[in-house]
Amino acid sequence: MSDPIDPAVAEDVRRPSYGQRRRDRIDALAQAGAVDDTPGVSLIRGAWLRLRRNPVFLTGAAITVCFVVLAIIAPWIAPWDVTARPLLDEVRPQTNPVPGPQPGHPLGGDDRGRDLLSRLIVGSRQTLIVGVFATLFGLIGGVILGTIAGAIGGAVDSLVMRIVDVMLSIPSLLLAFTVASLARSPSQWTLIVSIAIIQIPIFARLLRGSMLAQRSSDHVLAARSLGVKKRAIVFRHMLPNSIGPVIVQATLSLAVAIIDAAALSFLGLGNPDQRQPEWGQMLGLAQRYISEAPHLAFYPAGCIIVVALGFTLMGESLREALDPKTRR
Amino acid sequence: MLRFVLRRLLQMCVVVLVLSMLLFAWLRSLPGGPVSAILGERQTPERRAALEAALGLDEPLPVQYQKFLQRVLQGEFGVSTKVLPGTDALDVFLTRLPATIELAVLALLLAVVIGIPLGYFAARRAGSAVDTTTVIFSLIGVAVPVFFTAFLLKYFFAVEWNLLPVSGRQSTGIDATRVTGLFVLDGILTREWDAAWDALKHLILPALALATIPFAVIFRITRASVLDVLDEDYVRTAEAKGLSTGVIRSRHVLRNAMLPVLTTIGLQAGGLLAGAVLTETVFSYRGVGEALATSFREKDYAVLQVLILAAAVIYVVINLLVDIAYAVIDPRIRTR
Repeated sequence: MSDPIDPAVAEDVRRPSYGQRRRDRIDALAQAGAVDDTPGVSLIRGAWLRLRRNPVFLTGAAITVCFVVLAIIAPWIAPWDVTARPLLDEVRPQTNPVPGPQPGHPLGGDDRGRDLLSRLIVGSRQTLIVGVFATLFGLIGGVILGTIAGAIGGAVDSLVMRIVDVMLSIPSLLLAFTVASLARSPSQWTLIVSIAIIQIPIFARLLRGSMLAQRSSDHVLAARSLGVKKRAIVFRHMLPNSIGPVIVQATLSLAVAIIDAAALSFLGLGNPDQRQPEWGQMLGLAQRYISEAPHLAFYPAGCIIVVALGFTLMGESLREALDPKTRR
Repeated sequence: MLRFVLRRLLQMCVVVLVLSMLLFAWLRSLPGGPVSAILGERQTPERRAALEAALGLDEPLPVQYQKFLQRVLQGEFGVSTKVLPGTDALDVFLTRLPATIELAVLALLLAVVIGIPLGYFAARRAGSAVDTTTVIFSLIGVAVPVFFTAFLLKYFFAVEWNLLPVSGRQSTGIDATRVTGLFVLDGILTREWDAAWDALKHLILPALALATIPFAVIFRITRASVLDVLDEDYVRTAEAKGLSTGVIRSRHVLRNAMLPVLTTIGLQAGGLLAGAVLTETVFSYRGVGEALATSFREKDYAVLQVLILAAAVIYVVINLLVDIAYAVIDPRIRTR
């Protein structure tokens, strides 16, 4: 059998179920953390050497850095207050529901006379907060579960992994909708929690896989034979060495989290408070004015796409750089 | 083979049982609890007390779960409060189902017809400009939310150029006879060609938007699988013994590369349903997805119960069928 081009896809060839497919993709990434015994440049250094010249990675990183900086300084560079309604006088529900571009308002206003550009700029904050916190909580939950499963093994491992596999087999967006519907009063935390929950099994399986790869490695064996305590082996030897693929997955998860969050707010399951702008919510509200003012949807959608693309490009090239098959 | 199918059926029953427990737990933790879920807006203190007694909410949890299972098996989910007020929740699902089947089938068809040839040619010219372009486009495709694709299609084809209808399943002026609930098929069966054509026009845009989800997967898998097969020894052997390119491509490459593609097609059900929730909402297309979106937003818990359980069961059944189909094609799977 020749080397498959994409290990994740090639796995599909043999095992068909959807959950299995997601599981295999995660496992392929987990393998990337396995120790390379050949002397030479370290894994991270080698990856960096390849990444430095990779235009895909550089593009993704540039987009990401711009977006994060924008989100941090947003309130200071936004020309107008996001709750102020300077264009209210121009809104005519019948003839001109959405004020167009004019001096001082390069993109015009929204249907309530608020400055569109300012809302787009400040909206980056909500998107970043939801994306980062959802991924962070998913990561923390997954790391806890994955460490328990990977470190203890045996029956605990089987139990944890069964739960994780059931969660992976449910279509993730539907699971997020269902979790979000449990919220008594929806807010941005509804989005964060429901997206974090669908991320947990991904991180858990990934970390467990890469910890298993560590468990049989020489340095863990050496530590064990020296009589190092189990806890120290897990936290000081196995965990730090298996966290690499998890970081890569977190980058990819950020893109998915941003898109899923947009889908949830688009359906009205997110923050009902419209004073604080959020791209997904702006896109949902723009549906009403599809014939009069499609640009109301184009701008927030464009922002979502560019940011999600940034994280995807960065994550995919990181994954490729860490993949043992592409190391030369 | 029979043993394999039986084992899979048994596994499926366990999964459905676990899912029903999850659904039960979910219903119990809904804001307001199961009584509010069933009564919805029509609740008064008297009705609440009566229903609580009738449901036996004072009884231990296992007993409650057993009663919940009984109601589910008898199809008693309560009455819809928001999606179709006053209608039995199960009927809401059944009336909406054909619309989504029609949409999903057309979307899948489009994805297959475009995705497979494109994936094949991208693989044949791997590394070329054509290949790079398509791969870059598929990366961008991952970043574009499906509801925005739907919005774009709606804006250009329906609003701006006025080529196709903006929303719904059928124009109001058309008096069509209903047979199966699949509007296009109905029109063909009753020879009401205008009705069939009208229904198809309403389907095109939502189906195109929805097709982007399975398309991305089908394209990627076809490309990877063809690349894989092109590298195989038997292809080299075929070339070495002087077979014509046409024969090698059709018999050796394409036929072997199609196996994984065929099986992934069956696995798009979950993604299609999640996508249908979003596309149907954009096009006000009255299918299961739109009902799901409405009941999530408006908290129509009776309908939600049915839809979630139905989605889970359909999903599990499709997975089972795919597994069986695969075992038929590839005997190695059976012994696993």
